[in-house]
Amino acid sequence: MRKVWDLIGGVHPPENKHQSVQESIGTLPLPEKLVIPLNQHIGAPPKLLVSAGDIVLKGQPLAEPKGMVSVGVHAPTSGQISEISDYPIPHPSGMSARCVTLIPDGKDEWIEHKGTDNFRDKTPEELLDIIRSSGISGLGGAGFASAVKLSTRQPISTLIINATECEPYITADDMLMQERPEAIVEGIKILSYILGEPDEILIGIEDNKPQAYEILESYLEGTNIELVEFSTRYPSGGEKQLIQILTGKEVPNGGLPADIGIVCQNVGTTHAIQRAIVHGEPLFSRVTTVTGKACSTNRNYQTLIGTPISHLLEYNGFDQSQCSRLVMGGPMMGLTLENPEIPVIKTTNCILAPTEDELPTPPPAQPCIRCGMCAEACPASLLPQQLFWYAQSQNYERLEAHNLFDCIECGACSYVCPSNIPLVQYYRASKGEIRKLAAEKVNADRARQRFEFQKARKEKEEAAKAAKREARKKAAEQARAKAANTRTSTEVSPAATGATAKSSAADDIIKAAMARAEAKKASPEEQRAKLERGVVRAESHLETVEQRLQDLDSEATDKQREQAQAAIEDARLRLEDAQSKLKAAPEPKPDKAKEVMAKVQASPKEALEKKIATLKDRINVTEEKIAEAEDDALKAALQKGLEKQQEKLRDAEQQLTEAPAESTTAISETEDAAATAIAKAQAKAAAQASMSDEEKLRANVTSLQTRLKKAQERLIVAEEEGSNHIDALRTGVEKLQAKLNSAETELSELS
Amino acid sequence: MALLKLTSPHAHTAQSTADVMKLVLLATIPGLVALTVFFGWGTIINVFIAAAVALICEASVMGLRKRPVMFYLKDNSALVTAVLLGLALPPLAPWWIPVVGTFFAIVIAKHLYGGLGYNPFNPAMVGYVVLLISFPVQMTAWPAPAPLYPAEIDVPGLWQSLQIVLPFFNEALTGTVSGSIDAYTAATPLDTFKHNTGLLVEQLYKKDPLFNQGSWAGIGWEWANFAFLAGGCFLLYRRVFTWHAPVAMLVSLTLCAALFYDGGSSSSHGSPLLHLLSGGTMLGAFFIVTDPVTSATSNKGRLIYGALIGILIFIIRSWGSYPDAVAFAVLLMNFAAPLIDNYTLPRTYGHKKSRKATEKKDEGP
Ligand code: SF4
Ligand code: SF4
Repeated sequence: MRKVWDLIGGVHPPENKHQSVQESIGTLPLPEKLVIPLNQHIGAPPKLLVSAGDIVLKGQPLAEPKGMVSVGVHAPTSGQISEISDYPIPHPSGMSARCVTLIPDGKDEWIEHKGTDNFRDKTPEELLDIIRSSGISGLGGAGFASAVKLSTRQPISTLIINATECEPYITADDMLMQERPEAIVEGIKILSYILGEPDEILIGIEDNKPQAYEILESYLEGTNIELVEFSTRYPSGGEKQLIQILTGKEVPNGGLPADIGIVCQNVGTTHAIQRAIVHGEPLFSRVTTVTGKACSTNRNYQTLIGTPISHLLEYNGFDQSQCSRLVMGGPMMGLTLENPEIPVIKTTNCILAPTEDELPTPPPAQPCIRCGMCAEACPASLLPQQLFWYAQSQNYERLEAHNLFDCIECGACSYVCPSNIPLVQYYRASKGEIRKLAAEKVNADRARQRFEFQKARKEKEEAAKAAKREARKKAAEQARAKAANTRTSTEVSPAATGATAKSSAADDIIKAAMARAEAKKASPEEQRAKLERGVVRAESHLETVEQRLQDLDSEATDKQREQAQAAIEDARLRLEDAQSKLKAAPEPKPDKAKEVMAKVQASPKEALEKKIATLKDRINVTEEKIAEAEDDALKAALQKGLEKQQEKLRDAEQQLTEAPAESTTAISETEDAAATAIAKAQAKAAAQASMSDEEKLRANVTSLQTRLKKAQERLIVAEEEGSNHIDALRTGVEKLQAKLNSAETELSELS
Repeated sequence: MALLKLTSPHAHTAQSTADVMKLVLLATIPGLVALTVFFGWGTIINVFIAAAVALICEASVMGLRKRPVMFYLKDNSALVTAVLLGLALPPLAPWWIPVVGTFFAIVIAKHLYGGLGYNPFNPAMVGYVVLLISFPVQMTAWPAPAPLYPAEIDVPGLWQSLQIVLPFFNEALTGTVSGSIDAYTAATPLDTFKHNTGLLVEQLYKKDPLFNQGSWAGIGWEWANFAFLAGGCFLLYRRVFTWHAPVAMLVSLTLCAALFYDGGSSSSHGSPLLHLLSGGTMLGAFFIVTDPVTSATSNKGRLIYGALIGILIFIIRSWGSYPDAVAFAVLLMNFAAPLIDNYTLPRTYGHKKSRKATEKKDEGP
């Protein structure tokens, strides 16, 4: 017998498992409709592939994963998509989410699919691809994408198959093991192969499933898979708890089991993986226990994902008048459903319809007598009574010091509490509150940084403007002096006098015209070049973020991964944006005369100046980005970029200082060199100050408007889906709004 | 269809706070019986007076605080406080002793601090100490154990006990003032040791009837302590509390007593057995020190808390001016409990070491 460690804490709720193991796993007639939520798990919602009215076949993907942690969904049977709409889903908040409604046609016609005879013919990567594309996520707990869990970079020494099923009432895994042991064992072999054949393969099972134990054991002969039985105590099936029971090791705080060389998979998931690889069958059904005294039959069913709960209840003699509450999952961690039309999802292991006698409505809570029974029961060695105390007084600092975030919300503490305090509810609320505060703090910090940065930039701009004004004034004075002095060439004088008489409307018109001409000359190519640069930049950005995700892969937490995912998505969108803009930009018309003129005008010096200006702009942008970046890695990358840009700038400036000699030669010598230079500078300055700037601004405003609109749309979508990026998106929108506002005010000031 | 929307868990143990309190009350019965057998009806009278006063006080306070009176009365916590105080008081103390003590315990020590679960000090012990300081004469007058009564004096029966405890009652009835406790009092084993001059422990045990008729720690007292120990073991078995605090207290008291026993000289403070089985040791260990509200929170904390109480009990018994010390030691450690809590957080799963409760910055959830 292998040594097993004791579960810390734990409780013994009445098991109530015998009712639902009397009969084999059954199947129910097809329901009238299947409502399949797109997002059933942690991670980004998948991308919809069908639209209302489409005819789909069994096994056809309805939505494909969008990014690493996202999981697709498949049609559980053939039929027609009747609508794609928001529908209530199993969620603690009772919220609605995007669902595909499928009306089965009864033919149950398969899409072409094919399994693998010998999985060893494929590489682990190929197998992971199949798992990913088969929409497999954890069937036991939170429903995390299985492929992600399996594609760890750390060396794995132990594979643990979670067959504990410690929650009372639920027998889905138990029945699965009794009826399909062979498939499970094959699934374990597949997992082992994918993970590079770990040294140890353990199946953890509680001693309240002797049949399953016996049957499974007979299939394990000649394998290196070890079936480990331990005493029944809730919550031994928690991933962290099971690892501790079987190995004595603890998953480090903030880490993953892979950090200690362990991967843990549920038996149900293992079975689903076997189906996907050997039979080419995506995950569209699961075993669900229907139990509770309000149902006359208690039994397990192979249930299609999307089956409304009411359909299951109907076929099990559900007596509505007897049922006080409807629970999805077990009595310890399950979710109460307010609406029996809510569909079965991939993590629905049980539908519990208890009578009031079975699970009585809890009496009102009494004061905490600090008896410490909760602390004795807590598997995470927390002090629930202290957590409760601080949750009541909203002392978040103390809550965190008491490791509130290590609470797995198993409910053992509430279960034993003699004062009937709904402890877990307090913890959930406090966790939410703390997360919200943290997010707000991040936002506030960001806003503050942004504000400070903007202030600094404004000051810089003001200073630059003032300097320019000063320079212009000086130049004008000089010009006036020169004009007064020379007054020889009549050709030059209008320009010169124009420069002196700034207020003159005629001069302004001339200036504007000149400027416009100049701007036009430069614009098509320049714009194009700019756009091209934008595309290149966007591409490289996309590359870096993708790289970042890959680098993350091994050690990163899911959250980081998700963030990276979001960044990639963002970068991709930007790239698309840039490309479409480039396409829309007018092709430069090769106009010889203009080209020549441009060449003449764009003396090397000017070109250099332009380059310097753009470089400066870019440096500014980069600095801004650095100020706004939160991610250290990103910051470092940006810093590197900044240094490069600065180097270029230095180079350009160097060249510029060497340029003047040439540039003077380029200018026609028949004219008064000084006057022309001054006039040109004048014109350019004026042009920049008035027309070109305005146009630029205008363009800027329109582009900002479109970007803002897009961002808002994305935010709305994100909010609907309850995505984790809401905050990031929201800040993005705010940022854009602010930019737009400032651009608009600038524009209005100008015109 | 009206479906309940509740958060998990949906299952719950049947045990309620009222049940826990009932178990505690039940566990005091052996002790109560032993005290009655050896010291007469006094203790039972104490307990009844205290219980009545406690219920009245609790109900009035709850009424004043505009809370549902019955809901709170039903949690039995006031009863537990009253019974524990009644057990600790000297039998045959005048009626106003339990009245004043219980009033202090319930109104001042419990409700002025916010009620059940919020009181930093053990209410029963606050009541006890207030009485001990205010009325030292009445509070130190213990009757002799029944077997030691001189032949000409009968052990007071219920009626006689009531007359002693409620003199005005007797007066109104018979017009005479009769029944003084003085005739029945005798030194307790701890008193005897405190005032022992010149006798070796061995001689003392031979000479003093209190000891020579008993086996280990004075006739009567040892059995009362055994009875409380039995009650405590029952509660341990029923997992009403953990073993940490009581065991730590008993062990540290034993160790201290062994250390200072000095072979039984005339200045000895008594053997470990004497300390374990006399005075309020067992009542304190299993019914007072285990009071969850006022003790340390974690198991580690409770070990420290209990051990320090044991040490304090020994120090105060040996060198303080009061013969027994459980109440003082417990109240002193009630003060220290939050401090102990701060440094004795259990190590959470997945963490390398335990943290401090007042720790400021988090390494992140
Ligand atoms: S079990 Fe309930 S009453 Fe006891 S300490 Fe915990 S929260 Fe308080
Ligand atoms: S819900 Fe949290 S605090 Fe309560 S027992 Fe489970 S892990 Fe511990």
